[in-house]
Amino acid sequence: MSDLKEFKFTREHEWVKVEGDMAYVGITDYAQEALGDIVFVELPEVGAQIGSGDVLGVVESVKAASDIYCPVSGTVEQVNEELQDSPEKLNEAPYETWIAVLKMDDPAELDSLMDYDEYEKFCAEGD
Amino acid sequence: MLKRTPLYDKHLQLGGKMTNFGGWELPVQYTGIIDEHLKVRSDAGLFDVSHMGEIWVTGAGAEAFLQKLVTNDISRAAPGKAVYSPVCYPDGGTVDDLIVYKYAQDRFLLVVNASNTDKDFDWILKNLPDDCTAENKSDEYAQLALQGPRAERILQKLTDVPLNTIRFFNFVPEAVVGGVKVMISRSGYTGEDGFELYFDRDRAVELWDKIMDAGSEEGLVPAGLGARDTLRFEAALPLYGHELSEEITPLEAGLGRFVKLDKPDFIGKTALEKQKSEGVPRLLAGFEMIDKGVPRSQYTVEVGGETVGYVTSGSYAPSLGKNFGLAILKAEYAVEGQEIDVVIRGRRMKARVVRLPFYSKKYAK
Repeated sequence: MSDLKEFKFTREHEWVKVEGDMAYVGITDYAQEALGDIVFVELPEVGAQIGSGDVLGVVESVKAASDIYCPVSGTVEQVNEELQDSPEKLNEAPYETWIAVLKMDDPAELDSLMDYDEYEKFCAEGD
Repeated sequence: MLKRTPLYDKHLQLGGKMTNFGGWELPVQYTGIIDEHLKVRSDAGLFDVSHMGEIWVTGAGAEAFLQKLVTNDISRAAPGKAVYSPVCYPDGGTVDDLIVYKYAQDRFLLVVNASNTDKDFDWILKNLPDDCTAENKSDEYAQLALQGPRAERILQKLTDVPLNTIRFFNFVPEAVVGGVKVMISRSGYTGEDGFELYFDRDRAVELWDKIMDAGSEEGLVPAGLGARDTLRFEAALPLYGHELSEEITPLEAGLGRFVKLDKPDFIGKTALEKQKSEGVPRLLAGFEMIDKGVPRSQYTVEVGGETVGYVTSGSYAPSLGKNFGLAILKAEYAVEGQEIDVVIRGRRMKARVVRLPFYSKKYAK
């Protein structure tokens, strides 16, 4: 299990894990629980430039399609192709399953995101 | 304020994830839609469908009135028989689809879609002749649907009524199940064999618990509205507001077998006759996605860049492991094998029209 203390979180329930200038992006446990069974993930194109807050991809549960918003601006370096055949991984291990890796334009953007304690509090208030 | 069924607290206790369904606060799922869906197909599931509307039509003229109200023919139904039927406006658009339970020639129970109950009751009152009465008793009833291949075995533990003698779309008006007086109907909305039970709402928690206990060794699970929708979708059973609406006639929805144009008269007959003789302009079709993507209600369908219809329902089909959709298409394109494009977030995704239903119904004979 990754150490969630090293993760950053958005109000839209995405997580970011930073390695150097690379940002791994996924959805949180709260998000996967709210969505229910995930049956399809629409991944971005490798090489795409995506601004912070723009749509990075789409996750589809049995009931509905939900946008995934990009937590930090950057260029898509890699996408998790495994999700094409096994989208349920996002339900089973949300913090182990990244959706895309971005080369960040400006790591200072991370400062505006929540840390784990703040995010937990944010979720508790939302309930 | 959302309405609640008598089982609201039970759903919370079972970990149900509550949602607003047409003004009712009901569980969309307990453990997960796919899990519940598959359990209904393999074993059995219990659904709280107490939100459905119940309207009694009684009196000397009841049968003649209903014969005029609905598009199907109820005149040949014996007491104890249930009849599915659309109800139309004079222009052929659909008011609702419902089940008519014939108790006697002067006594019928109509079970209607929850969100249409008030509209249907108003429509009934507007057309009601002097020789019969209509009463909306929806607030007095609870309804449970026990669905799946093990439904009969589970329910038989709780009643003396020989369930194997009840054929599909027949009912027993006064039965006792687990000490509770119920109407047992062999019917459902899942494509599986099963029963729908109508009874006093004050007994709902008690009967729910007794059925869950009786099914504990049969793999029975509580099932939510999410699974109810994917189950009915795979079986291509229409959902009002999607495959049927004021803008969609039953003929367009592919429900011609429930529209008896040889009946003397019914509301909408002239318009539907005209539609049939001139050729139904658009038809409901089922399609399977070829490209990756999940079709959803209201997505545009194109052929060669031209709009030819729209999706009415679409989903991942848990029993089939593929993505399917239902769409209203210009009639010429609603043919098996036709390739279509479903526009998903601005991109054309390939799909192919296939035969309905997606999942073959497993009703008891």
